[in-house]
Amino acid sequence: MMIDFPHRQSAHCESGAVSSLLTHAGLPISEAMAFGLGGGLFFGYVPFVKLNGFPLTTYRCRPGGIFARVTKGLQCRVIQKKYRQPQQAMAELDALLEQGIAVGLQTSVFWLPYIPPALRFHFNAHNLIVVGKEGSRYRISDPVMPELVWCEAEDLAHARFAQGALAPKGRCYYLEGEPQITDLRQPTLRGIQIVCCDMLAPVPIGGIRGMRYMARSMRHWEQKYGKRKSISCLAQMIRMQEEIGTGGAGFRFIYAAFLQEAAGLFNNAELKEMADRLTLIGDGWREVAVEAARCCKGRDENVTLDSLADKILLRADEEEPFFCELRQLSKTLQRQLKDGQPKGKAS
Amino acid sequence: MRKQDVPQDEGVLDDERVVSYALDSDGQYCLTSSVGWDPVNCANRLAWQDIQLQLDGVRRQIERGELSVLAYYMTRAQMDVALLASYSGVPRWRVRRHLKPKVFSKLDAKVQHCYAQLFRVTTAQLSQLPAEDALPMAEEIPS
Repeated sequence: MMIDFPHRQSAHCESGAVSSLLTHAGLPISEAMAFGLGGGLFFGYVPFVKLNGFPLTTYRCRPGGIFARVTKGLQCRVIQKKYRQPQQAMAELDALLEQGIAVGLQTSVFWLPYIPPALRFHFNAHNLIVVGKEGSRYRISDPVMPELVWCEAEDLAHARFAQGALAPKGRCYYLEGEPQITDLRQPTLRGIQIVCCDMLAPVPIGGIRGMRYMARSMRHWEQKYGKRKSISCLAQMIRMQEEIGTGGAGFRFIYAAFLQEAAGLFNNAELKEMADRLTLIGDGWREVAVEAARCCKGRDENVTLDSLADKILLRADEEEPFFCELRQLSKTLQRQLKDGQPKGKAS
Repeated sequence: MRKQDVPQDEGVLDDERVVSYALDSDGQYCLTSSVGWDPVNCANRLAWQDIQLQLDGVRRQIERGELSVLAYYMTRAQMDVALLASYSGVPRWRVRRHLKPKVFSKLDAKVQHCYAQLFRVTTAQLSQLPAEDALPMAEEIPS
């Protein structure tokens, strides 16, 4: 059984999976659009949650958040299931494939044989879509891979029932029917508002305040963790920001691409300007990553944790007015949309 | 980031590619394929170096007879006692006991099989310390 599925390589696994599933269901949207509708952009520094023993830094919203918000915004019926028994989970997967339904799965990356070995860590919130089965192998559209890949049933079952933080428990999901809403303007504004709200939230570990908090605590990493471990903390930060699945600059570039698409949707020049501004902010984040890597290598005496902290503060100073203005802009657009002055083209 | 500035530094990805978002000549975003970026490769190498260091430490402890070979396989799979316990279904306190060489050597076949299956080795291999670590990116780690 093989389903004709539109596979596209995307930067981020969750937004990629959502965009492919929606495209398959009859509403072609790009990955960036899915990311924006799902309000995927975020920043968080959570030092009391340790990932591989280092403080957790995140540049995006919680796993599953994008999927939940997009399908809610587009009023698309979703079926989600979790299982206790791997046998039952795999049997139901086969039954769904028989019916011609492409099934999204939450898996771990550690057990997937087609992922490059150097990237196999215990990360349990990877998303992929199963599109067919042949003998004991499954045909998989993994959003971060360039082509469709094969995976043995045994490995897939292992990956679906990975243990540890965010254990997937065989979670699978699929869309039932087409999305009810095809005019993307309202969901777009909703997505923007969610991101602005999260980024400007008055909590010390999230959004802009999270960045400042990280900059502040970075200066003490060396005393707290020692030289070797503080470098590993930094490396972890770079990986969360730039490694596979971010599209570059901690999702800032994907979000800029979304704003650009939104500008087309509303025919609004200001949104386009905001996209350009976010691109510049993203370039700034890239610079942070370059300097942090230099600090890790220890080649440059001028780059210290202090100078990096200053750089991150600069990014916070840029992003704060950015999101304030974006919030204002989205409110204006919302008013225009409500007043029924369709400035932009209907999609 | 402009399209022509998308870095192409080989490293962690083997032969795979990732896509990154970059601006084309008209200032429009497009997807560009990339083979990697040095800062990321460097960070990833550091993460593997950490695992390697940990593994070397465990290896020494096993040779001194302070830990069982199970500790080696556990560390190589980037697991800790809690994670190994939930994967194998063996309670934590028993996993912790199995890390002692004396207890591990008398382990019954059923539990041994359970661990061996998890680490994808034979039960014979499970009781012997492998000579090679076979970690990814190991050849690139400067000593």
